[in-house]
Amino acid sequence: MKPADFRYARPATLDEALTLMAGEGEIAALAGGQSLMPMMNFRIAQPEVLVDLNAVADLAGVTEMDGTVRIGAMTRYSDLARHDVLARLPLVARALPHVAHPSIRNRGTLGGSLALADPAAELPAVALALGAKVHLASTHGTRSVAADDFFQGLYETDRAEDELVTAIDLPAATAQETYGFHEVARRHGDYAMAGVALTRRDDGLRIAFFSVSDRPVRAKAAETVLRDDPTKLDLAIEALDEIDFTGDLNGGPDMKRHLAGVVLRRAWAEVLA
Amino acid sequence: MSKVHVTTTVNGDAVEFLADPRETLLDCLRDHVGLTGTKEGCGTGDCGACSVEMEGVLVCSCLVLGVEANGKRVDTIEGMSDGHDLHPLQRKFIEHAALQCGFCTPGFLVAAKALLARSPDPTEEEVRYWLAGNLCRCTGYDKIVRAVMDAAAEMRQEAA
Ligand SMILES: Cc1cc2nc3c(=O)[nH]c(=O)nc-3n(C[C@H](O)[C@H](O)[C@H](O)COP(=O)(O)OP(=O)(O)OC[C@H]3O[C@@H](n4cnc5c(N)ncnc54)[C@H](O)[C@@H]3O)c2cc1C
Ligand code: FES
Ligand code: FES
Repeated sequence: MKPADFRYARPATLDEALTLMAGEGEIAALAGGQSLMPMMNFRIAQPEVLVDLNAVADLAGVTEMDGTVRIGAMTRYSDLARHDVLARLPLVARALPHVAHPSIRNRGTLGGSLALADPAAELPAVALALGAKVHLASTHGTRSVAADDFFQGLYETDRAEDELVTAIDLPAATAQETYGFHEVARRHGDYAMAGVALTRRDDGLRIAFFSVSDRPVRAKAAETVLRDDPTKLDLAIEALDEIDFTGDLNGGPDMKRHLAGVVLRRAWAEVLA
Repeated sequence: MSKVHVTTTVNGDAVEFLADPRETLLDCLRDHVGLTGTKEGCGTGDCGACSVEMEGVLVCSCLVLGVEANGKRVDTIEGMSDGHDLHPLQRKFIEHAALQCGFCTPGFLVAAKALLARSPDPTEEEVRYWLAGNLCRCTGYDKIVRAVMDAAAEMRQEAA
């Protein structure tokens, strides 16, 4: 037994879960546990109260309305991978196989991935590239935040401590939409050394990198270059200097800078194809 | 810390135990249920030695709390053979010498079985991708992949 002592609660409704989240002391929600459990086993995380969301039915499920797909926070990667709705979310479909291994995907959730905000994770960058909306709830009420404002730093988000991520809204792909995705990793299923997700639709181009900075980041200067002239890839890659590249165990900022260019080149080829 | 009463079905048998909420499903299987075939290599989701199926879904038992198994069905390596009749995967692992120290083997077998249940005729690439979450420090993987392909072929023949 490795984790520090905690009180375990298994609410059945969202209201109960939110009341528990509003309690005293250090409280953590348990979603798929695929990041929290290792952190607790290493005692990097030592919550006093663990609020297990796995029985909260209100947090699961996928609905579709007026071109928007709403995915419940507790939707697991592998449930999403099997879902019909994926036909309208081609970028998500492209990214999902790159997230970890089958057993991890069978437990890990979309909400957990967004709440954790690992800078190397695929889906936060996909959310950014799609202009997603993150829905949050607490005992004080509900609100939604654009992905552009949600990710604020290394494992830092706009979520308040007593809030839960309840769902995420993604725009369904239009017929004209094209998209690109590429990552380099040491082995398949490992966190990426660098990666990019991008969408091109009528209302513009969005390019989001992961594993190059302390958070998933848009490359707005490169977006402008490529929107004005899709052939100016070299110029767009030069414009990536706008990003605040940070190193990790895989390498320093210079290597991240280099790899960002490599993955953008490959993903852009996919868009033009 | 007060213990939680957990009722599960393990390899088809009704099983009850008292779990400290901090105990993982892996801890519970090994220490409360006495099934030590499921191994702990890392405790962080990286090695796959602790692979089991919960409700027919492949999971790392080191990353699932024991209390989460309440009311659920769990299948472990101990349930793989039919008495003394080994599962085709188990036989092929022996035939192909797909193990040396054997520590990773239960995890590989459980994961491979889950693969063949959803994909009876996998390509080599599919096998390698699927088993990427299982680490082996001895065999170099090649014999494991060949054993899985061979077992799949035999199981397809049996089913035909
Ligand atoms: C071996 C291994 C490899 C992996 N590789 C990758 C990879 O390549 N790419 C990748 O993206 N991820 C990877 N992961 C991480 C995996 O995707 C996790 O599942 C994910 O990061 C967290 O989701 P979870 O549902 O498991 O959340 P948990 O681990 O349960 O929770 C993570 C954090 O988010 C909080 N939280 C969870 N849900 C909510 C909610 N609804 N509201 C508020 N807070 C919440 C928790 O309190 C915790 O702090 C890997 C994990 C492992 C073990
Ligand atoms: S012990 Fe669970 S993955 Fe290594
Ligand atoms: S046989 Fe020794 S780790 Fe695989």
